[in-house]
Amino acid sequence: MPSFDAIVIGGGTNGLACATRLAQAGQRVLVIEGRDKLGGSTAETDPWPGYRSPCLSHLLTHLDPRVETQMKLADHGLSFVDRNIPSTALALDGNHLVLTGAAGDTISGLISDADRTAWQGLRKRLMGFAGALAPFRAMTPPRLAKESGNQYLKLAQLGLGLRRLGRDEFREFLRLALINIADVLEDDLADDRLRGLVAFDTVLGAWMGPRSPNSLFLYLNRLSGEISGKRGATALPRSGMGSVATAMIQSAKTAGVELKSGAMVERIIVENDRATGVALASGEEISATTVISAINPKTTFLDLVGPRHIDTGFANRTRNIRSRGGAAKLHLALKGTPDFRGANLRSRLVIAPSIRSVEDAFNAVKYGEVPTRPVMEIILPSAFEAGHAPDGHHVLSAIVQFAPHEPKDGKESARNAMLENTLSVLEDHAPGIRALIEHSDFLMPYDIEDRYGMAGGNWHHGELAVEQMLFLRPFPAVAQYSTPIAGLWLAGAGNHPGGGVSGAPGWNAAERILSRGRS
Amino acid sequence: MNYDAIIIGAGHNGLVTACYLARAGLKVVVVEKNDWVGGAAVSRSLHPGFTYSNCSYVSSLFRPEIMRDLELPKYGLQVLPYEGGAVMTRDGGYLAIFRDHEANRREFSRHSPRDAEAYDPYSRDVFRHCRFIRPLLMRTPPDPARFRPRDLAELAWLGKKTFDLSESQIYEMIRFWTMSISDFLDEYFENPVVKAYLAVSAIIGTALGPMSPGSAYVLLHHYMGDVDGNVGAWGYARGGMGSITAALSASLTDSGGEIRVGKGVEKVLVQNGQAVGVALDDGEEIRAKRVISNMDVKRTFLKHVDEAELPASFVKQVRNFKIRGSSGKLNIALDAAPKFTALPEGSPMYKGDLHFTDSIERMERAYDDWKAGHFSRDPFQDVMIPTMIDPTMAPPGKHFMSCFVQYAPPKIEGQDWTDADRDAFGQTCINQIDDYAPGFKDLVLHAEIRTPRELEAEVGLTEGNIFQGELTFDQLLFNRPVPGYAQYRSPIKDLWICGSSTHPGGGVMGAPGRNAAAEILRDIRVPTDMSDAYAVL
Repeated sequence: MPSFDAIVIGGGTNGLACATRLAQAGQRVLVIEGRDKLGGSTAETDPWPGYRSPCLSHLLTHLDPRVETQMKLADHGLSFVDRNIPSTALALDGNHLVLTGAAGDTISGLISDADRTAWQGLRKRLMGFAGALAPFRAMTPPRLAKESGNQYLKLAQLGLGLRRLGRDEFREFLRLALINIADVLEDDLADDRLRGLVAFDTVLGAWMGPRSPNSLFLYLNRLSGEISGKRGATALPRSGMGSVATAMIQSAKTAGVELKSGAMVERIIVENDRATGVALASGEEISATTVISAINPKTTFLDLVGPRHIDTGFANRTRNIRSRGGAAKLHLALKGTPDFRGANLRSRLVIAPSIRSVEDAFNAVKYGEVPTRPVMEIILPSAFEAGHAPDGHHVLSAIVQFAPHEPKDGKESARNAMLENTLSVLEDHAPGIRALIEHSDFLMPYDIEDRYGMAGGNWHHGELAVEQMLFLRPFPAVAQYSTPIAGLWLAGAGNHPGGGVSGAPGWNAAERILSRGRS
Repeated sequence: MNYDAIIIGAGHNGLVTACYLARAGLKVVVVEKNDWVGGAAVSRSLHPGFTYSNCSYVSSLFRPEIMRDLELPKYGLQVLPYEGGAVMTRDGGYLAIFRDHEANRREFSRHSPRDAEAYDPYSRDVFRHCRFIRPLLMRTPPDPARFRPRDLAELAWLGKKTFDLSESQIYEMIRFWTMSISDFLDEYFENPVVKAYLAVSAIIGTALGPMSPGSAYVLLHHYMGDVDGNVGAWGYARGGMGSITAALSASLTDSGGEIRVGKGVEKVLVQNGQAVGVALDDGEEIRAKRVISNMDVKRTFLKHVDEAELPASFVKQVRNFKIRGSSGKLNIALDAAPKFTALPEGSPMYKGDLHFTDSIERMERAYDDWKAGHFSRDPFQDVMIPTMIDPTMAPPGKHFMSCFVQYAPPKIEGQDWTDADRDAFGQTCINQIDDYAPGFKDLVLHAEIRTPRELEAEVGLTEGNIFQGELTFDQLLFNRPVPGYAQYRSPIKDLWICGSSTHPGGGVMGAPGRNAAAEILRDIRVPTDMSDAYAVL
């Protein structure tokens, strides 16, 4: 039975990042992935002949700078079509609004001067807050205890960073930290398209509407991401999202990580409260000094470790990780070019005409129902570069919100209704698009759960919400990546700073594991 | 005539401030636009023989320290604790509510044995949060953006108090403060009726639904009161809620304070950046060393102070203050006691809160209507019949019923309420009661229907918000009413605010009024015999 310093369960971006960091520090590391393909939800598929399509994530907003540089992703083939693709807020009358630059530093389209100025002010303020919060992403969450081994110096610096924004800005930060985004947008802006776009971006991937208190914090979280040093960027990798996964796999290999895909971990072997290895579905057992789970924390504790090795309170706490998925994923193969009333297809197309439209779409899923007018973010990778679809054809990828994860009327009927409503909204904005559809693939949150092992279909492996962030993510006892079981660590999106293709949780976990070894 | 202080508005907080100042030897006058005192804590006779608590309707939050300092029992205030209540379900059943923990637990077990088990840890956890927050009520919030000794000392006190908790308790508290009541209850309970009952306190008076993050805190806001030292208990003020303000008025007059009713304030007079008095509607001017407004912050600064006297940034902050009303009220004179099909006759449940909303989903859907700018089609109602305990409010054999209703928006789809809207709203509520008590409609002798429009017109609560400002974190503690002005002061020297727009917020609590008085007396270095905050727990 082969033995490793560390086994990483899950070959998604966080698993790869964690493994690479450990291997770079000289450890013998094995990554085990249950699916045939590494890369998790970042990988790509070839669903239909001639077409390539992203799996789940189709854009990059957070790529941890340490991961990007220390994994030398550029050397391993990662480059970008555009590091800051524009966002188009689609309007039914063709009066679209286009935001370009980091988090929309310029707006084009018909919009009042008052709104233009107000947006600049709001954006600057929020970018300032996000900048002050960004360093938190790259550290183990502090503990709120007197003797805790926190990085006090760093925390003090971060605290000071917020205070340095100035007294008035600091006060504004304290006021806005837990406010809802809708109120802020309504206070400052009058334009429905702009409000709708920001409201949509705020709750993208979340299980809450723009009127939910604490939602503004999610927008700050979005803005705190960076790509190649650019904050607030939305980047499209060259040759698709799959190239992020490919570059990471290459980097891991170069660092000496062993990769094993198509192998299901059946359980984590625990002896005397210590994790000593994993048992695969094939019956094979592999031992290691450290076992690191970069998959869902619920699956990790409830299925792989099992109730026998954890106490009841801990098991309950694990069950209480809120993990409702609210996003569906649509892929279309189109035999022509769709026309979104003149919108530039080389941009991120957002259908969320108002705050109300986003809130209404959320209302339905609270009761396990399908919204009549879903809101969505659309990307046509084939409009940016060749190679995604046959000539003259296109592939469309859309994140559609909100979709119920536990539909009242059954999964089949909810999927059909959701797809129909989605296509009908699309048709309204791009007349004739339905006639262009050659193939379609539609994933509801429960399909995503089945396919990618994300509990509840939540992309973040646990809802991103203030009460499940930082030292509360996924819950306090395991928020510093360590677990009550010696030798078992968490390194997935379920931990701080959460999901999105960033590699940050994996990298943070590796740093923590290494510093533990040193001390 | 020159006063030491003019208080604008004879609501309970204005009167509390006035009482404390008068007791400290200041010459005070309270001016009130209505012909009666009380603000939203009033008893009014609107139908012969009946007394309505026509705004606030139950008491629990009123701080016992204030009651003792101002000797309110001596001036006639009597709070009658009540027992009982029920959630009636659509299928004709009910969940009975008792004040006794064990009795409640037994009743829960009838619906779900698991929930009965969970009730102990639930109560323990909630009251731990409650214990933490209660001492904060009677303290002026620190300004975390300044480094004055008093702010640093107060922050240090808060820090120490926090770190007196265990590490896991701190985490649980932060979670509790930020999560939705629905998610919180899901961690303990399974039965929808039990959850619906427990969620109620989290939405009362609030423009949030049970699934809104932050709603769990609002629950605490309603739990931290007590009646006779029983924390979390509620009672009726004998003779209606006006008895509280009547006792305050008597206490004030006894201390030499003056109250002038029927005197609406037109403007706060400001000279050289300093408040010097008020100009009344009728042209009269009253001068004083300081002016204290019990009106909400929007009304005070946007309607009764010249904008030119205020910094533009402050005016913007006040404009952005959130004060959307979310509730309405029906006050009904009944010919006889109603009979609810689900409840056994003569049951003690009639003595408490009666609810028909038997699931969180129904409650949340009622909120969805509010968000869309409608009153709820299937509203949540907190129905009470105070005359089951206090016979002074109706003729023998007849009853006064108070129905608190969620949700009613400040405007209907962006338009002002019309009389037809109001009547439709009232009809919706009455129909709902009739569904559970057939024949109820025939008992109605008179009904007063109050939407946010009526609340604003009569009581002066902007947008009909009963808390003088929403209770979300962006408007609590040092953020209330607006950052930088949480210490009862305003940008204008000698103009103070003492209403529920300030910390710790709404409810018939008296704490804002008391804290404002403490700040004023501290400012002019007058020694007081004010009780310090103490925790009953």
